[in-house]
Amino acid sequence: MTEIFGVPIQSLMGQLMIGLVNGSFYAMLSLGLAVIFGMLNVVNFAHGAFYMMGAFFSWLLLKHFEVNYWWSLLLAPLGVATVGVVVEKTMLRWLYQLDHLYGLLLTFGLALIIEGFFRDQYGVSGQPYDLPDIFKGAFDLGFMMLPKYRAWVIVACLSVCLATWFVIERTRLGSYLRAGTENPKLVQAFGINVPLMVTLTYAFGVGLAGLAGVLAAPVYQVNPLMGSNIIIVVFAVVVIGGMGSILGAVVTGLALGLIEGLTKVFYPEASATVVFIIMAIVLLIRPAGLFGREK
Amino acid sequence: MSAGWNAVSMPTPATDAALSISNLHAYYGESHILHGVSLEVAKGELITLLGRNGAGRTTTLKAILGLTGKRTGSIKINGTEAIGLASHKIARLGIGYCPEERGIFSSLSCEENLLLLPKVGAGLAANKGLSVDELYAMFPNLKERRTSQGTRLSGGEQQMLAMARILRTGADILLLDEITEGLAPVIVQTLGRVIRELKVKGFTIIMVEQNFRFAAPLADRHYVMEHGEIAAVVEKHELAAKTEMLHEFLGV
Repeated sequence: MTEIFGVPIQSLMGQLMIGLVNGSFYAMLSLGLAVIFGMLNVVNFAHGAFYMMGAFFSWLLLKHFEVNYWWSLLLAPLGVATVGVVVEKTMLRWLYQLDHLYGLLLTFGLALIIEGFFRDQYGVSGQPYDLPDIFKGAFDLGFMMLPKYRAWVIVACLSVCLATWFVIERTRLGSYLRAGTENPKLVQAFGINVPLMVTLTYAFGVGLAGLAGVLAAPVYQVNPLMGSNIIIVVFAVVVIGGMGSILGAVVTGLALGLIEGLTKVFYPEASATVVFIIMAIVLLIRPAGLFGREK
Repeated sequence: MSAGWNAVSMPTPATDAALSISNLHAYYGESHILHGVSLEVAKGELITLLGRNGAGRTTTLKAILGLTGKRTGSIKINGTEAIGLASHKIARLGIGYCPEERGIFSSLSCEENLLLLPKVGAGLAANKGLSVDELYAMFPNLKERRTSQGTRLSGGEQQMLAMARILRTGADILLLDEITEGLAPVIVQTLGRVIRELKVKGFTIIMVEQNFRFAAPLADRHYVMEHGEIAAVVEKHELAAKTEMLHEFLGV
């Protein structure tokens, strides 16, 4: 049996795989946060709650309407995005003139309310979401077994991140978004409906969180607390990558997932804190984040 | 309702005014910046707003576009009242805006900056904008630099870009804020040629200009601003007679 530094290669690969799955979720969530922060200047503390909401929507759709996983992938994020539209139009909209802190406080409060609602309705014990049949089983890669669903999560998350990056960096719609991030007032004075763009950006960002929630439902259990568990790490990812950087969010998310996985193998005691240690070091050396631009 | 009544009560249509502002007040937060500005620009005219720094010239342009805080009074753009409209709807009435700081986006390439602005103006007007090829013929530098990051362009190139991109949109009213500021004389000359060309093409132009020697031969009329009001209006043919007064206002 081959070993690396005394660790069997299979368990190393297994942890790396789990790290990559976690990293994919970090990437997708921090991508949404970065897009929202860029356009709205709001640190969306409700992001975790929307992720949890996505998972719950897909669980509820299955339970009450027998909507299968594939339809959930479409409908649950749309549902979450719709909630996002309402939140932006009725609440966030009034805060843009004020300090960043107010947006943060509002979304933090929202997160508590949304979480509390689901806790009240469904308790804190997780609800299992059954894997669709097609994802049962694993690929045998020779050196390790790769569960099919994990492979799908990684592929799906990376494709979504890549597509988002492409739209933002390479299309006309994306050029509106980039320009709007720099100087929204001027972009609006050129005849672009910036308020609508802001609403849709928020809806898209939280929709991404909802989609991540649907993808996560079969991996983790569907639990009202799943959002607050992951979101703290995701904020660390965003800080390390640099606020508002699309590419930074994705790369950092994946990398930190992998680093967490590796830490679990070599020094399990630190696996929960390694991300924050890295965050502290990055903040000391590059306060704007690895990919962020100094202002 | 008789035809006679109609004929009497119909307001006389404003004489082909592209832009008609009356009693415009504008605020930034609590500070009251414009105190009842009125001016009228006919289609195809070129006017300037002159005055010292802080006289309210830039604010007038911004107030037209809804970029200030609260505004009261009346702003008619191509016949449509714009005082209550959101800024993107005002732009779509046919306004092109070249801000003082040029507003070139650093996360966009030169060509993306050029193509960013949507078509504005009603119906056919929206199709009247210059094509990208025409613009590259007018500003050859921009073609060479089209893949460069917007803010990597030289000051002159950025100014050309800021001009070029509003000509593509079909806007027929151009608000140009200090376009010659800080540019080399040869580039100022090019801009002068472009402005003259645009005037021939029938654009309506409102210029805020510090460089009086640049503006004087181009403009049909000058509005001198002071303390957020129009302090004097000087027609082109009165220039010679009123030079002294102008110098006093402008402090040159």
